[in-house]
Amino acid sequence: MTSPIELVGVTKCYGEHVAVRDVSFALEAGKTVALVGHNGAGKSTLIKLMLGVTRPSAGAVRVLGIDPVSSGPTLRRRLGFLPENVAFHPASTGREALDFFARLKGEPISANMALLERVGLAAAADRRIGAYSKGMRQRLGLAQALIGSPDILFLDEPTTGLDPALRRRFYEILGQLRNRGVTVLLSSHALSELQGNADRVLVLNAGALIADGSLSALRNLARLPVRISVCAAHGTPDLGLEWREIEEGRVTRVCEPGEKMAVLKTLLPRLDPADALEIDEPGLDDLYAHFLGGEVEQ
Amino acid sequence: MNAILIMAAKEIREASRNRWVLATTLLLAGLALSLSFLGSAPTGTVGVGSLEVTVVSLASLSIFLLPLIALLLGFDAIVGETERGTMMLLLTYPLSREQLLLGKFLGHAAILCFATVLGYGLAGIVVGLTATEATPEAIQAFATMIGSSVLLGCAFLALGYLVSALVRDRGAAAGAAVAIWLVFVLLYDMAVLGALVADQGRVLSRAAVSAMLLLNPTDAYRLLNLTSFPSVSRLAGMAGVSAQVSLSPWALLATLMAWIVGPLLLTVTLFSRRDR
Repeated sequence: MTSPIELVGVTKCYGEHVAVRDVSFALEAGKTVALVGHNGAGKSTLIKLMLGVTRPSAGAVRVLGIDPVSSGPTLRRRLGFLPENVAFHPASTGREALDFFARLKGEPISANMALLERVGLAAAADRRIGAYSKGMRQRLGLAQALIGSPDILFLDEPTTGLDPALRRRFYEILGQLRNRGVTVLLSSHALSELQGNADRVLVLNAGALIADGSLSALRNLARLPVRISVCAAHGTPDLGLEWREIEEGRVTRVCEPGEKMAVLKTLLPRLDPADALEIDEPGLDDLYAHFLGGEVEQ
Repeated sequence: MNAILIMAAKEIREASRNRWVLATTLLLAGLALSLSFLGSAPTGTVGVGSLEVTVVSLASLSIFLLPLIALLLGFDAIVGETERGTMMLLLTYPLSREQLLLGKFLGHAAILCFATVLGYGLAGIVVGLTATEATPEAIQAFATMIGSSVLLGCAFLALGYLVSALVRDRGAAAGAAVAIWLVFVLLYDMAVLGALVADQGRVLSRAAVSAMLLLNPTDAYRLLNLTSFPSVSRLAGMAGVSAQVSLSPWALLATLMAWIVGPLLLTVTLFSRRDR
């Protein structure tokens, strides 16, 4: 089967500004892929290119094997999109808004109530959208993207503005979609919430793709140091020059991930049973800082 | 249902929800009724005048009011949706940009049409029922006035859309809409009048004057309503003008239509080509 989304050498310029720079990747069907990067890194532009709303300055985009700009309505019926800061007319109700979008997509409006239930908005279906909270509008946006069971879902910063409970509920819905074989492409600037939710991560910086792989592959790629600390029960232990004393009775050192076991092997025989040992693996935020750190937002 | 009609229906629903339709209809009906009762005051009586008098006063009012209402409705159409972020989502749906724009225009035009026909029609019925006599010609003149008022509104709606497609932010679009209103409704006629007075009939031929009047939709509307029917043009003091300007009612109607189709086509072309 061909890849649902394929980009080859895609560049997009707005005048002098290069929003996307020579990006190439191919996605596998049924996987959840995250686009990660600072604000202004080119995530939204990349999504617009894949949706066919804007055309690339150079390179080629293929969605389900077709050029999305010249595709016409057939391809668009198979895509779902949740824009960043989704907006609806405040005077219409959630149900009316969803009915309008279902009609445009040529889908029966009878399926809409089930969609509203799925995102937890059934009780608010006939209230004005103007009275919705940010989280409710975002969920209505998700229901809108799910109209007609699309093959590919594009979600632009779907969890910004959601509280932790809603965020978890959102990733639950995403998990169900993944189980049904829907290809999901979501953009985010929070790497930490993608743990366990994304099969693959594409890291964008200033319009260029700078890393591509699963989270564990990215970890290996980054080779971030591990921090080992010892808190001695009696006095400050003398463990060698690499160890630095932070406070009375507490020493720490950093080492490459590859030498972690060797360090521990020499360390353990010299410790007292009452001593405490801490090993700090690099977190996702460290990883994020590694790939994108130092770069100031444009 | 066709994508154009779905868009139009949404536009109408939203406009009736925020009371645009109600406010516009009440405004037009109120002004039309008060004009038809006070319209004959210059002749020395207060009370319902003839249908012809109402045509003259309502046509003069429409030239100021309808372009303003239409521009207010139109200037926000594209730039407003873009700024609110609703345009981006619509563009990913299975409808072409032409369908999107024509659907919106159709919805807005239907709102204008509804408000004008109902507002003016109400006044027409009141005057027709109470006036001493309503000749078939007077009724025809009144119907022409309502129909051409809708066309005048649509022409300025199309101009509003053009502004909305050209300009990047709402504030600028609002300013440009007001400028268009000033030029077409006030300044253009003053300039033409000035040119005619200064020229004293030396250089400008009758054909040139006719052409100048076709370059402004409000002039086409004024000529159509005030010179097409002899009984009306006598009242409007336009009998002399209608003899001077050699334009048939059909040419004037065609001009109004061209002022709708032209800006609309330009808007569709600009909008379809735009790369966001």
